[in-house]
Amino acid sequence: MDFAFSEEHVMVQKMVRDLAAKEIAPTVKQHDREQRFDRSILPKLAAQGILGICIPVRYGGAGMDYISLGLACEELEYVDTSNRVILSVHVGLNSLALLQWGTEEQKQKYLVPQATGQKIATYGLTEPAAGSDAVGIQSTARREGDHYILNGEKMWISLADVADHFLVFAWTDLEKKRARDHSGLTAFIVERGYPGLETGTIHGKLGVRAGNTGWISFKDVPVPAENVLGQEGEGFHVAMSALDNGRYTVAWGATGLIRACLDASVRYAKQRQTFGVEIGRHQLVQQMIALMQLKYDAARLLCMRAGWLKNQGVRNTRETGLAKWYATVSSFEAAADAVEIHGAYGYSDEYDVERFLRNSKGAVIYEGSREIQQLIQAQYALGYRKDKPLRCELPAYDPETWAN
Amino acid sequence: MRAIVCIKQVPDTTEVKINPETNTLVREGVASIINPFDTYAIEEALRLKEKFGGKVTVISMGPAQAKEALKEAVAMGADDAVLLSDRAFAGSDTWATAYTLAQAIRRLGEFDVILCGKQAIDGDTGQVGPGIARQLHIPQLTYVCRIQEIDPAARHVRVERLLEEGREVVVCSLPALLTVVKDINQPRYPTFLGIRRATRMGIPVWGADALPDARPDYLGLKGSPTQVVRIFNPPARGGRVTVFQADTPAEAASLLAVRLLADKVI
Repeated sequence: MDFAFSEEHVMVQKMVRDLAAKEIAPTVKQHDREQRFDRSILPKLAAQGILGICIPVRYGGAGMDYISLGLACEELEYVDTSNRVILSVHVGLNSLALLQWGTEEQKQKYLVPQATGQKIATYGLTEPAAGSDAVGIQSTARREGDHYILNGEKMWISLADVADHFLVFAWTDLEKKRARDHSGLTAFIVERGYPGLETGTIHGKLGVRAGNTGWISFKDVPVPAENVLGQEGEGFHVAMSALDNGRYTVAWGATGLIRACLDASVRYAKQRQTFGVEIGRHQLVQQMIALMQLKYDAARLLCMRAGWLKNQGVRNTRETGLAKWYATVSSFEAAADAVEIHGAYGYSDEYDVERFLRNSKGAVIYEGSREIQQLIQAQYALGYRKDKPLRCELPAYDPETWAN
Repeated sequence: MRAIVCIKQVPDTTEVKINPETNTLVREGVASIINPFDTYAIEEALRLKEKFGGKVTVISMGPAQAKEALKEAVAMGADDAVLLSDRAFAGSDTWATAYTLAQAIRRLGEFDVILCGKQAIDGDTGQVGPGIARQLHIPQLTYVCRIQEIDPAARHVRVERLLEEGREVVVCSLPALLTVVKDINQPRYPTFLGIRRATRMGIPVWGADALPDARPDYLGLKGSPTQVVRIFNPPARGGRVTVFQADTPAEAASLLAVRLLADKVI
């Protein structure tokens, strides 16, 4: 049993922490107010190798492990959720799916430029009328010669208006679509610039206003047949395994958000005086702070276990889901209490905690809502759900081969 | 270009507490960082290496924990590092520290330039860099804000020094010791490649026995002529806030500019 981070982990954590504090923190409140995604962060993250943090060096990445990915997510979301979201879609949902399912040609063509940060990637499963109900999506792809013709619309897609590469899911078998048989779904790598592809940004979100969220529309978009990720009919497994990685980044990020709430609350509790003492001396304030500490430690331990399993190459759908459920729900509660501790000031954007509260709600909903996560956990406990081996598993971390 | 950078690990705060009994800094329970001014020295050395090729060696004197600071410098791109650590070095003042570092630098061999931060944020003396230069009998250029030109072949360097009265341009021969201010550059972050290298390489630790030419009575507390009589925080300086009000930000800025010019700030 070893709960210690390696020296490497500690240095990665410090590097991302310093970068977030210097490059993101000074301007994020302004970008949040303006509902503007600051593209200039992407080359900075790319230059540091963060956009390929846990991708082997031979595929253009930094060759660090899955715990390093988690620590980077925690440090980025400590400053603002929008930056962690970049890692969630670019690394968690897209690049790791390429690492897991991609052919060598696909890895060379798409994973390498993504890991170096030359190209930005995202993931499109959700549609206007289908989120949790993944087999309820309406997008279709019909085969025509050496291409598929893609039609449909994706919505609530992070970095929709920013990304160059999209991992998109559509029905390739209309019989199975009618029967809601997920073996009719297929995953496609789609590039911006393919004719008929359009994207747009959604404004007016409750939170993550410094992030880019939008829609993708496909009107007879020709996608080369070699851009099928996995096999035809394997799309559901690709989508779900990608969520095991996306949820992992969301869980670590939410953990960082809890820590941000805790730090802000402790700082304020020592500054603000009421009834002749600093408010940290009041027991009900202490209770809220104690709960934040509990949530932070518990969420982080769940994340660490999930990361350890990934490093070992052990299936972690249940453990990652549990971490995601607990960490996101806890971050929402912690942020609500952080606002409470700040009183009226917390209700205004003079302090960061109102942004933390707005930002925290999204992750309770996306990448497996709180409700879906509960169903998953219950089904595992009741024995209704069992993981079957996948044709391609996420590779275990190997410090030697990944560094070369 | 052979560059040596002297760095110090310091507590991560500018508000260092002082133990009134021992007159020493309280380091317990405070996270440690590379002295911020030294990170500019590391960056400048790395830039020289990128321009001319060569090698950057970082060196520090301190407890075993100071390896962390050296590893961070390696993670930024330094080629190798040496830690000077020995009970015999404990209690060194700036004179003994400069002496010991100079002895170690002699052992490292030929070099073109030594870079240091202008001072450490804990002790704030700014004496160790110049002390090393004196021990090694080489020129010292303090408060350097820009290296205008450095020619390892012609053996000279021209720098701008940031002084209270303005900027001073100085030319001197190499090898030389430069202490740098924060205006000189923007330090890079460690890279993943560097982090991996730093955590996998062993950092040699040199004790007194690694410096056979050093006089034992010049090391550590014994070799330290400084007597600290008392340490205290000076009273806070009184300040005044003036708000320049005008109809537009541009007008307010020009009022401010006029005032700054009148006060000879700019």
